[in-house]
This record gives sequence, C-alpha cells and structure tokens, in this order.
Amino acid sequence: MTTDLTRASASELADLLASGETSSVEVTRALLARTHDVDTDVHAYLHVDHDGALASARDVDERRGRGEALHQLAGVPIAVKDVLATKGLPTTCGSKILEGWVPPYDATVVARLREAGMPILGKTNMDEFAMGSSTEHSAYGPTRNPWDLDRIPGGSGGGSSAVVASFQAPLAIGTDTGGSIRQPAAVTGTVGTKPTYGGVSRYGLVALASSLDQAGPCTRTVLDAALLHEVIGGHDPMDSTSIDAPVPPVVEAARRADVKGMKIGIVRELTGDGFQAGVQARFDESVQHLVDAGAEVVEVSCPSFTAALAAYYLILPSEASSNLAKFDAMRFGLRVLPEGVDAPSAEQVMAATRDAGFGDEVKRRIILGTYALSSGYYDAYYGSAQKVRRLIADDFARAFETADVLVSPTAPTTAFRFGDKIDDPMAMYLNDIATIPANLAGVPGMSLPSGLADEDGLPAGFQILAPAAADDRLYAVGAALEQRLLASWGGPLLNRAPHLTNASIASADATAGATTSADVTKGEGA
Amino acid sequence: MSSIDTEATISYEEVLESFDPVMGLEVHVELGTNTKMFCGCATEFGAEPNTQVCPVCLGLPGALPVVNEKAVESAIRIGLALNCEIAQWCRFARKNYFYPDMPKNFQTSQYDEPIAFEGYLDVDLDDGSTYRVEIERAHMEEDTGKSLHVGGSTGRIHGATHSLVDYNRAGIPLIEIVTKPLRGAGERAPEIARAYVATLRDLLKALDVSDVKMEQGSMRCDVNLSLMPKGSTTLGTRTETKNVNSLRSVERAVRYEMCRHGAILQAGGSILQETRHWHEDTGVTTSGRPKSDADDYRYFPEPDLVPVAPPQERVEELRATLPEPPAQRRKRLQSDWGFSDLEMRDVLNAGLVDLIGSTVEAGATPAGARKWWSGEIARRANTDGAVDVATYAVERGITPAHVVELEGLVKGGRLNDSMARQVWEGVLDGEGTPTAVADARGLELVQDDGALEAAVDTVIAANPEVAQKVRDGKVQAAGALIGQVMKEMKGQADAGKAREIILAKLTG
Ligand SMILES: [Zn+2]
Repeated sequence: MTTDLTRASASELADLLASGETSSVEVTRALLARTHDVDTDVHAYLHVDHDGALASARDVDERRGRGEALHQLAGVPIAVKDVLATKGLPTTCGSKILEGWVPPYDATVVARLREAGMPILGKTNMDEFAMGSSTEHSAYGPTRNPWDLDRIPGGSGGGSSAVVASFQAPLAIGTDTGGSIRQPAAVTGTVGTKPTYGGVSRYGLVALASSLDQAGPCTRTVLDAALLHEVIGGHDPMDSTSIDAPVPPVVEAARRADVKGMKIGIVRELTGDGFQAGVQARFDESVQHLVDAGAEVVEVSCPSFTAALAAYYLILPSEASSNLAKFDAMRFGLRVLPEGVDAPSAEQVMAATRDAGFGDEVKRRIILGTYALSSGYYDAYYGSAQKVRRLIADDFARAFETADVLVSPTAPTTAFRFGDKIDDPMAMYLNDIATIPANLAGVPGMSLPSGLADEDGLPAGFQILAPAAADDRLYAVGAALEQRLLASWGGPLLNRAPHLTNASIASADATAGATTSADVTKGEGA
Repeated sequence: MSSIDTEATISYEEVLESFDPVMGLEVHVELGTNTKMFCGCATEFGAEPNTQVCPVCLGLPGALPVVNEKAVESAIRIGLALNCEIAQWCRFARKNYFYPDMPKNFQTSQYDEPIAFEGYLDVDLDDGSTYRVEIERAHMEEDTGKSLHVGGSTGRIHGATHSLVDYNRAGIPLIEIVTKPLRGAGERAPEIARAYVATLRDLLKALDVSDVKMEQGSMRCDVNLSLMPKGSTTLGTRTETKNVNSLRSVERAVRYEMCRHGAILQAGGSILQETRHWHEDTGVTTSGRPKSDADDYRYFPEPDLVPVAPPQERVEELRATLPEPPAQRRKRLQSDWGFSDLEMRDVLNAGLVDLIGSTVEAGATPAGARKWWSGEIARRANTDGAVDVATYAVERGITPAHVVELEGLVKGGRLNDSMARQVWEGVLDGEGTPTAVADARGLELVQDDGALEAAVDTVIAANPEVAQKVRDGKVQAAGALIGQVMKEMKGQADAGKAREIILAKLTG
C-alpha cells in the first residue's frame, strides 16, 4: 500500500525523504493538490506559494541527490501564519491595512525554515493582527473547522491549526499571545506549543503584544512539534528579548515520553465550573492515563489566575495600541485618501487609512489600549495589570515548587459555531481563560488532543504548562499521554474527522458564507 | 501672508527691574557612533536620502530594536562627566505620538528611568566667577527622520504642496541632557546659557562622543524660559524655544524671550505655554505649537527591549576613561604656563589652548607659543575668515615645530625680536621653515663687536644729553640709545648686546 503523503507526519516524511522513498517535490505536489481540493471549504490559506514551494522542494531534492548533508526536516513542507514576515511573499496579518504588502525581509523563524530546507507552502489565515479566538475577525473571511465547517477553527491562528488538521500541511507555524496556538490546536484535534517567552525569536513577527507574543509549532503529533521547535528555537541577536541559551532537549524528551515519578499539578482554578462536561471528562481521563504511565498527581492553587483575563485585556491592548501605530499609510501598505478633501494633510491620510484599514476588533483594542495608557489612568489600568502579572508569575513559581508541570483543559469548550460569540467580546475573550496565564508569566505551554467530547463529538484539548526554559517537560508529558491515547483510540484522533471531498467545493463556493457543512461526509476511519 | 509679526518687547534693563528669569536648558546631542541606536545602519552625515535605512529604523512590521552597546557606554561616560549618578537598572520607554517623520509613530526614549541623573556642570563666566548648572538627567533616545516641505516658502509646512521624508537620521542615537530650572541667574542668564552650552560642547568634544557641530544639528539646544516677579517664589508660565543652534543664538534667544515675556507680563497679559521657533536671521522667536500639560505621550516601558543594567565594575572602567574635565584642565594649564587670567582668557577665546599645548610639548616656552600663535597669524586667520587659528595653520602646513625653531633662532642669538617677526611673516607667506626664511631674506644679527661698538660711540656722541642721563643713573634712558644703535645697524644687531656695551661705556 502506498503511503498517503498528505497524512504522513513530518517525522515520517523525513524518514521517507531520507531513504529516497519519496521526494520533496512529490510531497509538496501532494499537499498543494490537497489544498486545491479542500481549501475552498476550509480557507486555511490567505496565500499559497505554489511555485515558490515547488522551487525550494526541487532545490532540496537536488542537494540531497548530490549527497549534501541536510537538516532532518529538509524537504518537509510547512505553512506559516500570515503574521510572520516572508521576503517576497505577501504578509497581511489578516488585515486590509497590509493588503499587498510584500516584506523585503524574512522573519528569523522563516529564515530558519528556509535554512533547514523546508518548502514554504503559503501563509495561513488569522484573526486580524491576531486579535480573536475564531478567525472570524480576519478581513479576508473566516477559516472553517475541518471537523465541522459550521464551526470556528479557533484563533487567532485558526489557519495554521486547520491547515494541519485538514492534511494540507504536516507542519505550520503559529503565534501565541494569549492562546492563539493552543486554543486552535484544542478545537481542531491537533498539537500546538507556545515555547517559553524568548525561546523563539520574535524578529519579523508582526507584534500584537510584544511582551506576550511567541511563535511556535502547530502539528499533528507531539514529536513533530518537538522537531519543529528545535528548528525555530534558539538565540537570535536580532531580538534582544530572545534567550541566550540552547533550546531545551525537546526532541529527546518527546522520544523518551517518560513521566515516571513526575508530579502533575492540576490547577484548581482551571477545572470544573465553566468547563464543558465533555471537555472536563476527556481531561480527567487524560490525567488518569498519566497516572497509569507512572506520574503522580497533585492539586495546586493559583488564586491570581482569576484576574489573568482582566490583566491581559489591559496589557495586550496597551502594547497593541502602540505597536499598531506604525500602520499609517506613510511607508507601506494601504493608503486611503479622505473623501471630499482637496489637499489632505498627512494626518488626514493617516486617519482615513486607519479608519478604512482596521477592523472593528482592532479598533476596539486600540481604543482600549490608548485609554489604559493615558496619563491619569496609567497607574489604575496598565500599572495594576502589571502588578497582577507579577502575582501570576508568583503563583506559577509556587505551583512549580510542588509540581513539575501543571495541567488543565486547554479551552473551556469545543469549537463553537460561527457567529455565536462575535457580538459578545467578553464571551469570546473567555475562551482563552486557561491559556492566558502562561503568556503573562512567560512560561511554555502545549495543547494536545484529549479526545472527542461526548455531547458534540468535537475535539477537546489537554494543556500542559512547564516552568520557563523547561519546555522539554511539555514534550515528555505530551508524548507519554499521546502514546496512551493513540492506543485507546486505535489510531490518530484526526482519522475520525469528516472526510473533506472534492465535491464539497462547488457548493461551498455558492454559499460563500460560513454556514454550510452539507457536503462533508462524516466518519472516515471511525 | 504677511511676514513674521514682531511681538512687543521691553528693554533688558526694564525686565531686570521687575523680574527674575528662570531657565531650563535641554540639549540634544547626536552620538558619534558608527551605527544607529537600535540597528546596524550607518550614521554618516549628508548621505543620499533614505540610503542608510533598514527594516528596523524604517519601522517595518515585525522589525525589532537591539540596543547599541557603544551608545550606552557613551551615555554613561557623559553622565559620569556631568557628575551624575548612573542608573544600575533602567528601561527604555515608548513616547507615543503620530508624525510622518517618526517611522513607528512612537519614539523609543527613556522616561522616568534615565541612564544618568542628579549631576552638575560648573561653568566659568567672563567675570571669573563660576556658576554651577544643576543637571536633572541625561537620557538616551533615537532621533526622528527629517521632513522636507516642498512648495511653500522657506521650507515651512505652511503652504507646502507636499513633504518628503528622509529616514537616514531616524534612529541616530541621541543623548538629551536636561538641566534643573536655573534660578538666581539674574542679568547673567543669557551669558550663563551660552557659557553652559559652550562648556558642555567642550566637555563632549573632550569625551570624543560626538562631533558637537551645532551648525549641522549634531548638537541642538532648546531653551525653556519663564519670568518670576521679583520677590515671588512661584514659577511663571514657560515657553520652550526650539532648535537654537549656535552659541550666540542661545544667548540672544534667552535675552529675547526675557524681553518678550517682560512686555506681556508688564502689560498685564499672561504667557501662553507653547513651543516657539528661533529665527537666527531676525533674532526673534515666533509661536509654534501650543504645548500644554495635556500633551499625553502615553509613555510605557518599551517591551521590545530588555532593561539596561550596567555592572558597577563596567561603570568604574568607563569612569577611568574620562578625560580631565576641560575647566580643570584649563586651570592646570594656566598655572603650568604661568599665564595671567587675562592672557588665559584671550587664549581660550581664540581657541588656542590645544595649539599652545602641543607647541609647548614640542619644546617652546609657553610665552613664546602664546606670542607667536596669537599675533600675526590670528590677524591673518581672521581676515581670511578661517574658523580658527588651528584650522588656518593646519591648512597652511604651519606647525608647532615652526614656532620651536623660530624661538631657537632667537635664543641662539641669530635673530632679534624684530627679525623674528619678519621671519614668521615669511613662514606664514609660505616661504618655508624659519631657518629657510631667515637664510633667504638674509636676516642675521651682526656678530662683529667692533661694528657694534663703533655704532654705540656714534650714537653716544650724537646724543650727549641722553648719555648724561644714563651716566647720572637713569638706566632706563639707555633704551633710546639702543633704538638709535639698532637704527644705525639697520636692525641687524643684538639689542641685548648693544645695551651691555652702552652701559659699560657710560656707567662702567
Ligand atoms: Zn536601520
């Protein structure tokens, strides 16, 4: 039986490429064909670089043919969230204000992918400037969840999780400011890691909130995440907040998958009330799997986590309001002239452009942040939020005195339907309640699938958090849990996802909105 | 549009009768680092517009700053030289406002955590007294781009059809040095302002951290000024006069604003808190942007940069690299050289300290060095419109060695003073070294004592009355006889020797 190259994991592809059983061109073609078939429905991509991906695949095949020493993942294609600058490839951040902008430089993460010889398939969809938990705030239309096209794929990195979940790419790069890698992973049945803050360079990552943003891997297996983590991690002199230390031994940890004697801390504040029953049930089972694998469970309390959401929604908009000031029509991107003004001033052009170019959620947060930083309010808002941030870091420090890792459900619910929360920002924000503390404290976190919730048959996520610079612990615990879950499921969870067919394309086009799943056939492999 | 409206002023004396000025000086200095504050772009002045730029200093999406360590070290050295405390831990902050020449629409600066704070600079004034200027802070920041407004008059934004922005300057490291409000300056306020900026300029030059060229904008001064009614302790409303870019203008701008404020206050008006522009040509300031305390830059700590935390040992290492403070150096040299206060001041005003220093080092006497560098050559440099004597000399290949040689010729008895002057003129005319000029012009004292004695005899015979005075003990009357002897000898005699012979003949 021939391997379905689109369903193979990155590590499997690496083996096939190394042994010569397939070529990078062959893999890349297969994935591009898959995109052609399914992405009209899923809309994971904002831009597909068909020719560029094939050209770099061809290049790496030639180099392999010449016997050059190549990186382990050389030739394995990857998708990149549209918030990372890619030289020669459009970078929009899901915003109209950057429509048509082609960066003259590569983000460090992208440069490292290219150095490793990984063909870049395209740029994935996202909530505008990474503000959202559903991709409904993308200026270019939402991405749909491959499990149910009526539902959100999570956000802001819904494109990167969906591209992996729909087998259009084995790997993708996401970014996580408050859960934008982990929550999409949870609701699409995939794996996502937010590394320790400073573990992966932010150079070229268009900043949402500089002190919170972190790029990381979006994959289908824990080992793949570790392999990708190793490629993109490590010190970068272009980012002064980058950690000047080697990447923790994540791949080794993922391979050993050993949790014997580890103390797993269940965060009291991140379970129970407010979490969907099916999500909680899968979480409890997962904890039992870890106990079966030799881990010890302890309960920890992090009382300040209850204030995390409030602090986050002051710090993030404050930093964002300043980070987004550069989008002013002066040097790049959209330029809109105000209507009915004869000789507009620079200020008028800036205002007209920002009015037309930014979506409502972006404007909401810019206004919020501008207010929070204003003199007279600074101490009460930004200042207090920073104090809460320190308390949260203290809570983590205390918890890690008794536990090696902390665990919780990644998101309170499975994927919700489009439109359910779009007019209720608070409900939308609550999605990130369990993921935000890690960003505020700079600690690493991972989400991996824990199974399907009984009430809706949709994936639930299991979150692991580790102390800063101990990212390897995520992979040890994640891999151990994954092994046992795969055994209990009899194969990858994504095998139970509906089969997206060619036939679905036409009708999805016709309905255009985000409301049809009629052409999805359920139950492949189930 | 009418030309600039000239506002009412009162005389300086009238101002001083009723008011005490309070000044605050903010000086921006561009550091002479090879690269910008937060990226690796070059900082060369006068390059083609927008050729020294990169994603970082253009504020492209995703780009991140990295602090220039050299700039931080310069900032620390400046802080130490200004007797400041150096922060053990401080952060950059974002100053948020929209302006087309600011790529990110925020300036990366320092706010409440400056790298250096609480210092002073002692400033010597013309009357020999010293005024201590208290320094509030010195902080690091990046420069903005430069807007060029096209189509309007004299490059102003008003009436322009469009604007061009050059981002070469964006991101150049700046140090802003801010004084505390300077009180009690009274009538000396303009002089103190000028002397402070001049002293600061010399200090920065000695530190070798900036080329401090005010005319090129690498050193810029903003003058804050307010008046307090005499006897009051409440500060008046201040104005901030921007970009006062020469020492003379600093002095004039302070004086002008004092007279303008005085006129408004005396007429019962109130001062508008605003930014004002200084016009070098007309010597007045005009209203700029109203500035109020409501200006809200929404400062917050720059999250893209880690804090600056210079280790104490490094600060001490940098302290050890500080040059002798210019004022202290001047005092030491004056005493070494034995110059009077007046002589030293002339030397300072003429910018001759370094030149005299190297000439003395080369073997000349301090008095000789001062004499030769401040006489004829200064007159010529001035006539030529040269920046200063040192530049003039360098351009013409005239060196301290020439002065040493000239002095040697006098000391060795080949030339007398008047002959030496002629030789020096020849040197300045480009005729060669002093020896070469003396040779070419045939200048040499007559060494034959017989000829000199004969000349003395002739002069004594021709001036019996003067000779008698000398005989009677009026030794100073010999001077007239020496003059006559020199005339007789056509200047080619050693005046000292002539004096010896005269005295020997008349009193011996
Ligand atoms: Zn640059």
